[in-house]
Amino acid sequence: MKLFILTMLNGLTLAALYFLVASGFTLVFGLMRQVNLAHGSLYLLGAYVGWSTADASGSWFLGAAAGFVSMAVAGVLLQIGIFRRMEGQDLRQTLVTIGISIVLADLMLWIWGGKTYQFDPPGWLFGATPLPFINAYPTYRLVLLALSVVIGIALWLFLNRTPVGMMIRAGVDDRAMLSCSGVNVQRIFAITFAIGAGLAGLAGVVGGTALSIAPGEDTRYLLASLVVVIVGGMGSVTGAAIGALLIGLAEQLGLAYSPTYGVVYTFVILVAVLAFRPQGIMGRPA
Amino acid sequence: MSVTATTPATGIAWPWPVRPQHILLALFLIAYPLVATPFWTVQIGAQSLFFGVIALSLMFLAGYGGMVSLSQMTVAGVAAYMIALFGTNHVNIGFGWPWWAQVPAALIIATAAATLIGVIAVRTAGIYTIMITLAIGVVFFYFTRQNYAIFNGFSGFASVQAPVVLGINWRNPQPFYYLSLGVAAFCYLATVYVSRSTFGLSLQAIRDNPRRMGALGFNVYLHRVLAHSLAGFFAALGGVLLVWMNGRVSPGTIDIGPLINVLVIAVLGGLGRPIGPFIGAVVFVLLDNFAIDLIDPERFNLLIGSVFLLIVLFSPDGLLGLWQRLVGWSSTAGGAGSWRQNRSS
Repeated sequence: MKLFILTMLNGLTLAALYFLVASGFTLVFGLMRQVNLAHGSLYLLGAYVGWSTADASGSWFLGAAAGFVSMAVAGVLLQIGIFRRMEGQDLRQTLVTIGISIVLADLMLWIWGGKTYQFDPPGWLFGATPLPFINAYPTYRLVLLALSVVIGIALWLFLNRTPVGMMIRAGVDDRAMLSCSGVNVQRIFAITFAIGAGLAGLAGVVGGTALSIAPGEDTRYLLASLVVVIVGGMGSVTGAAIGALLIGLAEQLGLAYSPTYGVVYTFVILVAVLAFRPQGIMGRPA
Repeated sequence: MSVTATTPATGIAWPWPVRPQHILLALFLIAYPLVATPFWTVQIGAQSLFFGVIALSLMFLAGYGGMVSLSQMTVAGVAAYMIALFGTNHVNIGFGWPWWAQVPAALIIATAAATLIGVIAVRTAGIYTIMITLAIGVVFFYFTRQNYAIFNGFSGFASVQAPVVLGINWRNPQPFYYLSLGVAAFCYLATVYVSRSTFGLSLQAIRDNPRRMGALGFNVYLHRVLAHSLAGFFAALGGVLLVWMNGRVSPGTIDIGPLINVLVIAVLGGLGRPIGPFIGAVVFVLLDNFAIDLIDPERFNLLIGSVFLLIVLFSPDGLLGLWQRLVGWSSTAGGAGSWRQNRSS
């Protein structure tokens, strides 16, 4: 029982982290039909920038803010400098982002080396919270869970209740029509990309605190985002949440109950979704 | 589009006119190991050839089928693992079969794996295909790392030996080079031939307009899966050479880096024509070996990544496209780039 509750909690916190990373990915894809395979690199770069800031300033919160802001700026630069120049050429954009991720991964290895970094969050975040059945659980992970719920709701409110969100949703449905009705689509794209990339950077700091940051995490989270988004359905924030829950729980349950092949469960879910619902659980047919 | 660029062969004719430069190239490739040092013969020559073969399998899928698959290295890896498993290796879980049993078994299993990947991947299109094949490739990587019963986990297999046939050790520099050359020539000619066969032509038509081909009564699904099988067979041949050359195979062989490298090679050379991947492979292997002289050896990824990025940004149809534009052939290069235009619609 104790193992089960612990595993479920671990699965939920992992799902929370996956959701943070994948929501930005799915947002960018949903609006712009751009598969940003450098998303994992943004995650790791955000984590490194956040760590360096936190290390220099001594404030974890400043680090988290730096992770978000620096990657949001990087996202806008990517959008304006590269994606805008090859609009509509999906495959070329995908290849470019692969190139960017190769270059970024090596640059990060150059600057920050192969060491594993660990954040030093404020004490009240780092303790343990007493809980029934399992005695105690790291406070930080519960905060992570709460944070991702808050961000999920905020994202939902932003998309469903604000004018900009309305434009983004309109852009998802029909980009040309939105542009015809006088909206500056390029600005909407830049905003969306900034939010998506910023969320990846923030997830880098948040996830780096829960686990650690090291080279190779970029591909790990890229893969996680891919699987989550394929399962959940491209372009749907709700889908990302559902996909993250499924994958996070499957991974942790697999790890706890059949340690060798935890990753295979993820694969089974992926294949099952593709076999019965190729567009993903919440996705709409292309 | 590329269909109209060349006159489709009627019947089974020699698929294209032999020009003097073809004969020169063939003579050069045959004479090359006679003048080159063993390092240049194997490390550069043979390695370029079999990486070219693996990248050719991607070019076939992407250029003619419009399906960019990142799991071609995974298929090559399956073949490499099967050779290690069916033959002899350092951990004695090999079956010790003779080469004439190992090789067909490895090829069949790898082709079957490619077909299975195809069955999953063709349910998706365009960029989704990239993502699903990437996911499959990485999952297989994790699987081999965890599985000790078949794949011997993290360390994989070492001491895999190329066979001695007709008294020749095929891992010696010159025999290995000629073996690679033979395989590469076979795959290249097979690709050219298939691209002009009925199957190849309908595959290209499906790439350009799947709905119309479906309406005309062609089995779109089956054509695509078959393309995966055929490409998988090429990749498997490349994988066999890969394991014979390195003598070892481990999860590192099919890590995400090598998966991406196949794409880098194919795109670098150009996805429009079968010769592209070989050009890409030569450039890639040369950079790989001489990065140490150009830049810090640790920074190879930075170098190859930058070259890749520059090519994708400025010449989407690769070095081949760059060359064709230089020579002013662009009017005949309908094949190059059509996969891209098609996908972007």
